[in-house]
Amino acid sequence: MADAEVIRLDARVRRPSGPSRPQARMRCRATTSTGRPCRNYAVSDEGFCKVHASQARHPSSSEPTVRISPAADEHDPEGDGFVRRRARGSYEIDDFGYDRDLSREVLLPLTRPLYERYFRVRTFGVDRIPNHGPALLVGNHSGTVAIDAVMVNFAVATEHPMERPVRNVGADLVYQLPFISHLARKTGAAVARDEDALELLRRGELVGVYPEGFKGVGKGWRERYKLQRFGRGGFMELALQMRVPIIPVAIVGAEEAFPMIANVKPLANLLRLPYFPITPTFPLLGPLGMLPLPSRWLIEFGSPIPMDDYPDDAAEDAMLVFDLADRVRDTIQQMLYRNLQRRGPAFF
Amino acid sequence: MAGRRVLITGVSRFLGLRLAKRLEADPGVEHIVGVDLEEPPIPIQGLEFVRVDIRNPLVARVLEATKVDTLIHTNVASTPGVMGGRSQMKEINVIGTMQLLAAAQRAERIDRVVVKSSAAIYGTHPAEPSLIPEDYASRPVSLHGYAKDCAEAEQYTRNFGRRRPDVDLVILRTQNVVGPTVKTSMTRFLNLPVAPTALGFDPRLQFLHEEDAVEALALALNGPRGIYNIADEGVVYLSQALRLLGKVELPLFVPVATTAANLLRRFKIVDFPTDQLKLLLFGRVLDITRAREQLGFAPRYTTRETLLDMRDHPAEDYTPEPNARPTWEQELFEYLRRRNQEKELTR
Repeated sequence: MADAEVIRLDARVRRPSGPSRPQARMRCRATTSTGRPCRNYAVSDEGFCKVHASQARHPSSSEPTVRISPAADEHDPEGDGFVRRRARGSYEIDDFGYDRDLSREVLLPLTRPLYERYFRVRTFGVDRIPNHGPALLVGNHSGTVAIDAVMVNFAVATEHPMERPVRNVGADLVYQLPFISHLARKTGAAVARDEDALELLRRGELVGVYPEGFKGVGKGWRERYKLQRFGRGGFMELALQMRVPIIPVAIVGAEEAFPMIANVKPLANLLRLPYFPITPTFPLLGPLGMLPLPSRWLIEFGSPIPMDDYPDDAAEDAMLVFDLADRVRDTIQQMLYRNLQRRGPAFF
Repeated sequence: MAGRRVLITGVSRFLGLRLAKRLEADPGVEHIVGVDLEEPPIPIQGLEFVRVDIRNPLVARVLEATKVDTLIHTNVASTPGVMGGRSQMKEINVIGTMQLLAAAQRAERIDRVVVKSSAAIYGTHPAEPSLIPEDYASRPVSLHGYAKDCAEAEQYTRNFGRRRPDVDLVILRTQNVVGPTVKTSMTRFLNLPVAPTALGFDPRLQFLHEEDAVEALALALNGPRGIYNIADEGVVYLSQALRLLGKVELPLFVPVATTAANLLRRFKIVDFPTDQLKLLLFGRVLDITRAREQLGFAPRYTTRETLLDMRDHPAEDYTPEPNARPTWEQELFEYLRRRNQEKELTR
């Protein structure tokens, strides 16, 4: 497939990254020991997946197809297709409930049109995220509903060379809501508690935090792109304690997607929500008003801030923690201003 | 050193019975005494069965007469149906534990007490840690039913530990026990052909295979004192569990689901206590690091394998039916008199 002279609409999203990622997502052409075709994505030039590629290079016998034990095929243990695998329950989730299978096969593809066509997201510096090992993504939170986290997750899960999942830690409220609660878990989220974040970092995951919390998503239109207070600096203690780098993330575009022009506090109290938003379209247009406006988005990942040079008890030093948290906040604020200029008009 | 002389409470219920069978083959165990209200449904070699109600102070005489040095209390039960109603269950769970420990406090030979508590004492809340550590239980929560029983039983156990610091105290907080032969409200629920669930909620669940539960109790005979979370590795979503078992999920709007649970209970299909219904909304997963590292607990099954084992090896129900109350006091007196006679003879 020659892609030389073709002007690709999605050129900036599907970045070519070496021979390990073929442009078309071909399926592996080997057969598993159960006789079913292997349905993993092909990674080698010969059209085999990761598991079968090495065996194709060293054929052990005169067998026409590569056979392996089904257990070696970690994401598709029984060699089924997606639908059968789901119907039989034969998929693995991790302790926090991250359902890789569902994310990769259903949730990310569903997000793709929103990311590519609707918000036309451009990402910068995604390769500054380490390929392996723990790191803390710290982003600005905005846009009334936390759709910014969804976009950041999509960006890292598709554009990063290792396609890493971002493990966000979400507020209590998220886990009380029907549908949202388990969808959040299935995409890899955990609870915003020290226990959860620590354990995820210990397991070498990429943890996403939005220290502004509800103050960030629930701020009015006049405050757009002004970072709110960074919680109580818990993320900073976490990073110092675990000595994981902080990667600042600036997200531009979410503010215009759901511009909140007013907050009806009594209604929020009644519904036990942190705020009740009035946007130009909600509740004016009813459920239709819950659609985001098609703003243009930019996501920039900053250079990792290493945490190695601080003393062992740095996490206990409250002044140092606040100071560092403020510096991270300033960094993200500067990145926001820069990207606002870079983006130009919000919608067209 | 001679082997341990073990007394198991609740020996006729599935966990105590299986533990007795397991310890029968253990070279470190010299003698097993089983205590319950009903005879064990299957005979066990080398088990000395004593029919006694642990709520009665007479249990102290049993501890003395049998010369046990280890007490394993497995009789904190979760299903009101088997126990003859909720108030009866509370009596046995709370007052039983209280009396038993009071008796143990007097028994000087006792140097180790193992109490089977439950993960239920952590309560059920959407924003609890994704993997609950042991020290999480210290925060104030309002508990009901079985969870409250467990919390109170643990409280008595800790008080006992304070009064007898020489005794090694082990508390096991077990996850829902599931397996081919276990019959609890959870296994009955999982075995419904069409399982009602709450619309919009898909909790992470974690189970404990019955064999792993027995193994953990056996490990507690020699492990270091402390409180341990006991569960199998890995989690499944409720939806996934039902699919693995080949059942149909019937998502119901939450108020409707509560009514459905009440109907199931009324028609004696599944006796799912209301206090445990929240588990099907928010789930509960334990962190078993401490048990693995300090107790040497290495579960044979994962949560998922536990479900598959239950699916593939359905077994006969051998939980005893709650039959008429026996004249256990009389039998106990018989027993004690017999022991005394033996003592006379050997003297």
